[in-house]
Amino acid sequence: MKYIGKRIRRNEDPRLLTGQALFVDDVDIPGMLHAAFFRSDYAHARLKSIDVSAARERTGVIAVYTAEDMGDEWKPGPPLVSPPATVENVLFNSRTQPPLVRDKVRHAGEPIAVVVAESRYIAEDAVEDIIVDLEPLPAVVDLEKALEADSTLIHEDLGTNLAAQMAQSKGDYNKAKESAAVVIQKRIIIDRGAAAAMENRGVVAHWDAKSQHLTVWDTTQAPIPIRNGLASRLGLSVSQVRVVAPFLGGGFGPKMMMFYPEEMLIPWLSYKLAKPVKWIEDRRENFFATTQERVQIHDVEMALDNSGRILGICDDFLHDTGAYDPYGLTIPLNTQSHAMGCYDVPNFQSEIKVVFTNKIIATPIRGAGRPQGIYIVERMLDIAAKKLGLDPIEIRKRNFISPDAFPYEHNIIDQAFSPLIFDSGNYVLALDKAASLIGYDQFVKEEQPRLRSEGRHVGIGIVCYVETTGVGPYEGARITVEESGKINVATGVGTQGQGHFTSFAQIVSEQLRVDVRDVNVVTGDSAEFHWGTGTFASRGAVVAGNAIHAAAVVVRHKIFKLASELLNAPEEELELEDGQIRIADIPNMSISLGDLANKANPLRGAVEPGTEPGLEATAYFGPKYGATASGTHAMILEVDTETMMVEIKRYVVVEDCGTVLNPMILEGQIHGGVAMGIGNAFYEKLHYDENGQLLNASLADYLIPTATEVPQIIVGHEETLSPLNPLGAKGAGEAGAIPVPVLFAQALENALPEYDLEILETPLSPNRLFELLREKEKSR
Amino acid sequence: MTNNKNISLSVNKVKYERSVEPRMLLSDFLRHELGLTGTHVGCEHGVCGACSILFDGQPVRSCLMFAVQANGHEILTIEGLGTINNLHPIQESFIEAHGLQCGFCTPGIIMTLVPFLEKNPNPDETEIRHAISGNICRCTGYQNIVEAVKIAAAKMSVVKSGDIAHT
Repeated sequence: MKYIGKRIRRNEDPRLLTGQALFVDDVDIPGMLHAAFFRSDYAHARLKSIDVSAARERTGVIAVYTAEDMGDEWKPGPPLVSPPATVENVLFNSRTQPPLVRDKVRHAGEPIAVVVAESRYIAEDAVEDIIVDLEPLPAVVDLEKALEADSTLIHEDLGTNLAAQMAQSKGDYNKAKESAAVVIQKRIIIDRGAAAAMENRGVVAHWDAKSQHLTVWDTTQAPIPIRNGLASRLGLSVSQVRVVAPFLGGGFGPKMMMFYPEEMLIPWLSYKLAKPVKWIEDRRENFFATTQERVQIHDVEMALDNSGRILGICDDFLHDTGAYDPYGLTIPLNTQSHAMGCYDVPNFQSEIKVVFTNKIIATPIRGAGRPQGIYIVERMLDIAAKKLGLDPIEIRKRNFISPDAFPYEHNIIDQAFSPLIFDSGNYVLALDKAASLIGYDQFVKEEQPRLRSEGRHVGIGIVCYVETTGVGPYEGARITVEESGKINVATGVGTQGQGHFTSFAQIVSEQLRVDVRDVNVVTGDSAEFHWGTGTFASRGAVVAGNAIHAAAVVVRHKIFKLASELLNAPEEELELEDGQIRIADIPNMSISLGDLANKANPLRGAVEPGTEPGLEATAYFGPKYGATASGTHAMILEVDTETMMVEIKRYVVVEDCGTVLNPMILEGQIHGGVAMGIGNAFYEKLHYDENGQLLNASLADYLIPTATEVPQIIVGHEETLSPLNPLGAKGAGEAGAIPVPVLFAQALENALPEYDLEILETPLSPNRLFELLREKEKSR
Repeated sequence: MTNNKNISLSVNKVKYERSVEPRMLLSDFLRHELGLTGTHVGCEHGVCGACSILFDGQPVRSCLMFAVQANGHEILTIEGLGTINNLHPIQESFIEAHGLQCGFCTPGIIMTLVPFLEKNPNPDETEIRHAISGNICRCTGYQNIVEAVKIAAAKMSVVKSGDIAHT
């Protein structure tokens, strides 16, 4: 292939590097007003009264709205992913967030009133003028206490804090357990983190009453569903609403919540006031109002025979959804789908209980439940390996799904409520390559004993992961050859830094044989392409990529057909290269794509019935089920037992995401994922107190890894193509983050053998490591 | 506002005179009064570094300063560094090394690097990592940024020695 698989520099970079790329906060419209929110300081409280009169009187304030002021137009947002009726034995209590609190606050930071003013400064002054009477209620923070009969209720009408419950099984775990040589039983606790994209959220809405048209710039990963939802809420035709997701400063999942209260309110305010309105979240709001993820408590058992073969896994767990559950079972079902990892597990049983708490809503963040599942299975294998005296690599190899067992049916359902099937994979290749790149044998046999004898605490870890990616329902694309000879591509997904302007262009160049720089990709603008869902679940390259490929193939056919007529030569004698189509043997018998596009759209003559003008095609791609990526991470670290700081000495990733579209972009995704994973593993934890207050809601207190914490990462590739799409692609956006926390656990235990640590929690931190070691010292 | 202050300053070598509220942040002034939106705001508490600009040649966080403090001073923002058709060597290097993904933190990182590379033309990896450790990037894992800085240092030393004119 000439373009796919090449390290091609990004088309989007010059604009981003010179400050010329449009982000939502850069939108400026004459007469634009600015919104600010009054938010609750309490996590759980009854709203007794609210007085906004002083705010309304402040000079420069245009309007103040409370829930009461919204009248009949106050209603909670739509649920995103409810289980379909076909799924049996599922309890699901759907509760979605209202635009403004009417009677009860359910998490700290929940919006109670919104001020619209001539400037953001005035709007924030007016927020200070608002007086509320909130009657605090006991906060529900602990997942297990939340389910006790006498717990305070978050949604009183439900009579329970149980948001959802669902059990799945295959085989017969209890029977398998009877014949097991080893049964390991553990409790594993996973805590919360933030996505913390560098750009906070923001919305600018402009209802133009004269043209009866609403334009919205939104930091969303899913502009088209937002467009559809806004039209429906405001009683407008979808043709009256344009939603643009311009350049986004990172997404990582939370920009895929639909709808945030602000996302519905800002367009509604613009519509009511017939003025452009802007709201830009500040960093503190980002901690209190943007969704978070990861809290789960697992009671897990693994049964193995004496050769280390897994006979079965039983994993019952609680999942914290926060104050509302717009995403239903998506995250815990992902956890369940990954709790068997890349292993052939014949017997499995697992019950999910989703719990409401007075915390910020949980929705997917890079990994979306998968890091928890992988943590469970990899951690249990580590413990089993120790017990059986097996090497961590050997126990994994003994349990891998064999390369000839694909498609591998798990006989449970996945987060899309479809059967969980792994399409393809060859796990041992990545494991062997990673072991070799990290120098596993040499480290264990030579380096580590030498360093240990010098009193140094060095450890190695190696873990494997799978990632279900590229799920449906579909994406689409329209490709047009313009009369300049350049190609225009429009697709509905949003983009947040993944390099779509380049990787999608490469797919088009492969078919239409033009320079990648001559392919202009438009993403995330409902005026350009208005069918699609969004960028999530590592699906951009797989689903939108294959739609683009399909459209490019059709355009290529059109090019050959028309050129064949014009050059009077059979199609098979034509070749397309460098923006020209020519007769293979006669180079001067050629026509440029631009001229051909011109001839396909004539000003005179007739376009024949059954044909279309122009060199253009629209196509869609919807996979039957997701493509499963996989890989291995390995790391050598050193612990300073004085400071408990960890230095990563070497880090290796070998990933298999099928066809690599652009290795430079792919490696960048892996690097960034690992960096986020390092944060998840050892630095980033959202600390809630017993009142549901978030104690570290600033970037000074919530520690994101910087250049001094993230090491060089060596990336190797395997390419096991997906049979489910013509490009053979699998997703890669989340993979880097998934196995890092469990890799830390293994490597830390390995680095501190004298403590005989058993790590059953994440995230850790230097402080937490100190506590764990001290507990061990005390118990000796 | 009656208590507005008149300020006069140079931004990207252009002189501006404006009347501003004393409380207006320099970042807001640059972005919303002058329309120089290449300077990004990530945290407004001086941690993330996205809003870094050069203030009389020194990197500062424009979210931690008021516009009135810039009275009589010279500011350089990303818009004044290079253009799409005439990129600064650091900007070129970020393209070559894939040193940016979403690009939101990038202007602040580049503005931090300009004086760093002027003072330290041949930095090693540790020095580079320390130099950018006050800038948070959530996308790249920093590796390709470090790579970009190495490339930029090489380019800039060549430019300085006069072997190849930077065009």
